[in-house]
Amino acid sequence: MVSERVEKIPPSGIREFFDLVLGMPEVISLGVGEPDFITPWRIREKAITALEEGYTSYTSNKGLQILREEISVHLERKYSLSYHPDREIVVTVGVSEGLDLSLRAILDPKDKVVVISPYYVAYPALVELNLGEVIYIETEEKDGFKINLDKLKRAMKIKPKAIILNYPSNPTGVTYTKEELEDIWEILEKEDILIISDEVYDELTYSGKHIPFPSLKRAKKRTVLLNGFSKGYAMTGFRLGFACGEEKIISAMTKIHSFSMLCAPIISQLAGREALKAQKEVSLMRSEYQKRRDFIVKELNSLGLSTHLPEGAFYCFSSIRKFKLNSLDFAKRLLMEEKVAVVPGRAFGKIYDDYIRISYANSLDNLKEASIRLGRFIEKIN
Amino acid sequence: MEEILEILEDNARISFDDLAKLTNKKVEEVERIVKQYEKKGIIVKYKTLINKERLKEERGVVALIEVNVTPQKDVGFDQVAERIYRFPEVKSCYLLSGTYDLLLVVEGKDIHTVASFVAEKLAPLSSVKGTVTHFMLKKYKEDGVVLVKDEKNKRLAITY
Ligand SMILES: Cc1ncc(COP(=O)(O)O)c(C=O)c1O
Repeated sequence: MVSERVEKIPPSGIREFFDLVLGMPEVISLGVGEPDFITPWRIREKAITALEEGYTSYTSNKGLQILREEISVHLERKYSLSYHPDREIVVTVGVSEGLDLSLRAILDPKDKVVVISPYYVAYPALVELNLGEVIYIETEEKDGFKINLDKLKRAMKIKPKAIILNYPSNPTGVTYTKEELEDIWEILEKEDILIISDEVYDELTYSGKHIPFPSLKRAKKRTVLLNGFSKGYAMTGFRLGFACGEEKIISAMTKIHSFSMLCAPIISQLAGREALKAQKEVSLMRSEYQKRRDFIVKELNSLGLSTHLPEGAFYCFSSIRKFKLNSLDFAKRLLMEEKVAVVPGRAFGKIYDDYIRISYANSLDNLKEASIRLGRFIEKIN
Repeated sequence: MEEILEILEDNARISFDDLAKLTNKKVEEVERIVKQYEKKGIIVKYKTLINKERLKEERGVVALIEVNVTPQKDVGFDQVAERIYRFPEVKSCYLLSGTYDLLLVVEGKDIHTVASFVAEKLAPLSSVKGTVTHFMLKKYKEDGVVLVKDEKNKRLAITY
């Protein structure tokens, strides 16, 4: 009954662990991939008003004109990037849909797509659902989990059709400087490859400035920029994102979107328009995350969980190599014995079984209590 | 406002240790800075925000009192205000623009206590021209904190 292509996607070995966490009350969870903030009130209020005023219809497939215009203005103002609101922007149901659309728009069976590990779990699954083949480039702790250029060059020999970049990264929190991105682009520019750049955490960059990939010289034509409102604006439940790129690819994506999704929910689109004006709220949340990051990274390192300072997003990717437990066993025991949840590293790539992902999208009080419990746990297993 | 002050304003009980971790400073440095603020009177006092709405026992009454006064020659409102804010019943006292001059926050154990404060102490002052007393019925929000509703995030405990 179920298609071969779906059957082929391996069931996540972590699912069982997730169910364990979800079934346990009173857990302090450092395993959450979304903000702990509730959507800022002015945005919620806009959604309420939209409902009151009877905005309950479809919108154009591309999304509301006014929203696309504001997205265009926002990108221009913030990054000096110009995308035409009518031809180069499509409003999607989260970055998740943007990812799927961009892959569907370009992939023929057996086309290759480069994914950087550790990866956000949807990347390989979506490539395979679209009958593509995943080429992994594994990043290592010793390189600060940044892309190794030699590995990148080597991967180009297989002539991949696309590469998915993600910075700031889930799960490592790594981001790149302009110079580092230019080095990557120098290699990619020579190839016939599309860059799909998932920058959903751009607003959550703590050191330096976020540099969108398409803002590199000559890179805009070759990039699909994916972004959305989930993380920086704390709007995960609104399911709202957007994709920007060359007219040709955006209209291909819009074609698929017009059949499979029709449009993003109108209430979310109206709320998103308000969100773009809520820069003050965004920066308050960012500085809150930054404080928590500084706190938790120090705690983790002092507990012996060696952790790079993440430059963005809200995750630490911490090493548990010292403790002779694989990531799933570590996470299971930590859950059962101390009621703290983390995500085992193997969820983000087979070879990361010596790591756990710790999300600091949580209150300081919880982070503190969690570090005490982690400390107790480590003492026990050491 | 300086970061340390912002953090303390939200949580006065935070330890120097944690404060140092949050601000990327040394513990000794943070301690020195806080002591300085205390000495300069920038940090005046560390207090606790109690949600009296949730206290089951007798919780007293709060009144906002608008006061119209005659300012005194040379010293303006300050002297009149001092006569008023020195009363221990007066928890807060502000000079405002608009239809009245001073706004007082007065607390008492019941309505009668506040009423007799107004009748016997406040109104008789020669510079007080008139008062309007408003008893507080319910506190929804105080110092930026919503008191009547817990807004908990409803997210799942674990997600990618
Ligand atoms: C890297 C990355 N991309 C995309 C998403 C999904 O975002 P959205 O809510 O916009 O679909 C997430 C959410 O966790 C993410 O971490």
